[in-house]
Amino acid sequence: MSILVNKDSKIIVQGITGSEGSFHAEQCLAYGNNVVGGVTPGKGGQKALDGKVPVFNTCFEARQQVAANVSLIFVPPAFAADAILEAADAGIELVVCITEGIPVADMAKVYTYLQSTNTRLIGPNCPGLLTPDEAKVGIMPGFIAKKGSVGVISKSGTLTYEAVHQLCQVGLGQTTCVGIGGDPVIGTKMADLLALFENDPETEAIVMIGEIGGSMEIEAAHFVKNNVTKPVIGFIAGQTAPPGRRMGHAGAIVSGADESADAKKAIMAECGIVVVDSPADIGATVKKSLAKVTV
Amino acid sequence: MKIHEYQAKEILKENGVPIQDGFVVENEADIESTIDKVAKEFKCSQFVVKAQIHAGGRGLGGGVKFCPDKSSAIEKSKEILGMTLKTHQTGPEGQLVRKIYITEALDIEKEYYVAITLDRTQSKHVIMASSEGGVDIEEVAAKNPEKIIKVWVDPNLGFQANQARQLAFRLGFEGDSFKQAVKIFKSLYKAYEVTDASIAEINPLVLTEQGNVIALDAKFNFDSNALYRQKDVAGLRDTHEEDPTEVEADEFNLNYIKLDGNVGCMVNGAGLAMATMDIIKLKGGEPANFLDVGGGANVETVKNGFRIILSDKNVKAVLINIFGGIVRCDRVANGIIQAVSELDLSVPVVVRLAGTNAEEAKALLENSGVSIIPAESLEEAATKVVEVVT
Repeated sequence: MSILVNKDSKIIVQGITGSEGSFHAEQCLAYGNNVVGGVTPGKGGQKALDGKVPVFNTCFEARQQVAANVSLIFVPPAFAADAILEAADAGIELVVCITEGIPVADMAKVYTYLQSTNTRLIGPNCPGLLTPDEAKVGIMPGFIAKKGSVGVISKSGTLTYEAVHQLCQVGLGQTTCVGIGGDPVIGTKMADLLALFENDPETEAIVMIGEIGGSMEIEAAHFVKNNVTKPVIGFIAGQTAPPGRRMGHAGAIVSGADESADAKKAIMAECGIVVVDSPADIGATVKKSLAKVTV
Repeated sequence: MKIHEYQAKEILKENGVPIQDGFVVENEADIESTIDKVAKEFKCSQFVVKAQIHAGGRGLGGGVKFCPDKSSAIEKSKEILGMTLKTHQTGPEGQLVRKIYITEALDIEKEYYVAITLDRTQSKHVIMASSEGGVDIEEVAAKNPEKIIKVWVDPNLGFQANQARQLAFRLGFEGDSFKQAVKIFKSLYKAYEVTDASIAEINPLVLTEQGNVIALDAKFNFDSNALYRQKDVAGLRDTHEEDPTEVEADEFNLNYIKLDGNVGCMVNGAGLAMATMDIIKLKGGEPANFLDVGGGANVETVKNGFRIILSDKNVKAVLINIFGGIVRCDRVANGIIQAVSELDLSVPVVVRLAGTNAEEAKALLENSGVSIIPAESLEEAATKVVEVVT
């Protein structure tokens, strides 16, 4: 089992004819994914990825003709909000937006609109999802992960790879790895994914990697306390970040005392999450926590 | 992106918010004529001279002075223009005052606070207002949270008239000043929305003895992601207020933030960059910077990254931590080899490359003969770099 994506996911790529879109669509296809098409307005009827998949003008056509249920978005920031809305209006169930740099005001509108639809959004500004050996919907390098029992939730890209790498080094594979994105407004929050992993029978432990800024980790911690029975191992990046400075991610800025790494770590620990101080200890700590569970 | 008070007030004025108005002076020679202009234009004989720097806390630092007449306005203007202003936000080195804002003085009856920003928890805009204006709002929030009124705005519906009325009633405005306050809240929201602001704050918003509601001070920050469609806003940037190295890094598309330590770091990805700084600190070192080289870690980015890190004379060693996903480590290794040999580095460099083609990268670094310290894991890299600086 896994969450959100598996070998049956029928994936389309919005922006498939662009350089980023075509490169990553090819990588997803090479991973063995079911990439059933792409969408580029005005290029409908053409073929993409060396003639391997059809291109449609709209998500609506892609939904009708190839029954797509997952969309992966590589559209430039000025047009990405519209692309998400198009996918939602076509009835696509899962939309994964990789695009970085979408104006926050646009995302606030999109987020609010999506509450009235059945579409789940992952991202934007995220590396996407990876269910090892089944589906890679995004830009995570497939070879670093392997199938197993740990669910991974992270705001970051390369720090997720680091955590996954450490898990594999201690012999632990993953059910699904989800990069939720580092922007102030994102479609799916940590608590949403904790609920999915809690209900996934194959997930035995959950890694939650957060960072400074916002209060999502705190909401997630309270969710863990009340709803999660599986061990959760947490790390917060940005312990050394000065307040008031944006650390790369648009969302990674400490604008109040409770947004600092220390404040988040303290509440996470109170709520029963095993908090690691060092990013190098993530893999070993998960292994230890799982050993305790089986004893 | 941040702007000055006088620029923030221009935005408010354009959107219909009455402001305490004035003119900006950059040269001492223009001080007297500007004071005359303020007196004539705004029909006043008393003035306020305000240092224009991005940092907050200007008043406490001595950068804002009330002047009861023209001669004192001249004196205070000369004093403030060109001073190095130290506030709790500038750090001990302070900030040079290159511009002053000379405004009319107002007779203040009461001070309020109002601000709009994004509430990340709800992904909606929130308007916060308080009858405790003119003070540090963080302090009000901590001590008397009930004194802060909050109204959430659905981004697809926009700010509603009933919400503006609610704020004005709850703040205790009456009669004509109530009508003025309602209009100001609507105008402030419009200003926030049309400029893609991330914060629009009026602190204080004042009620004058004459019953007028006016913005005395204003702060706007903007969403950097939206600057592509906000050309006027982008034009308000004042790079004098930013760290020169950070400005240079920005020109190379590198995300750099200077810190106080001595271990330079070069990392791909913001989260991993923060985590790398964290582990340096845990090992007993102090990071000198945040630097995210992004997805394209090639020869040029590595070279520019080195140049920027080493322009900070405190740096005694550099840690390069690259996790190659899309980025191929062998390419990064070539970049490092070329950069290290061309730049003739005087500090030790610890390199940790993992992910795509990491084995090839290690072989390249080993065979190149350049003097770097290789590390396998994040743990080992941090331990080694802290060892060489202590």
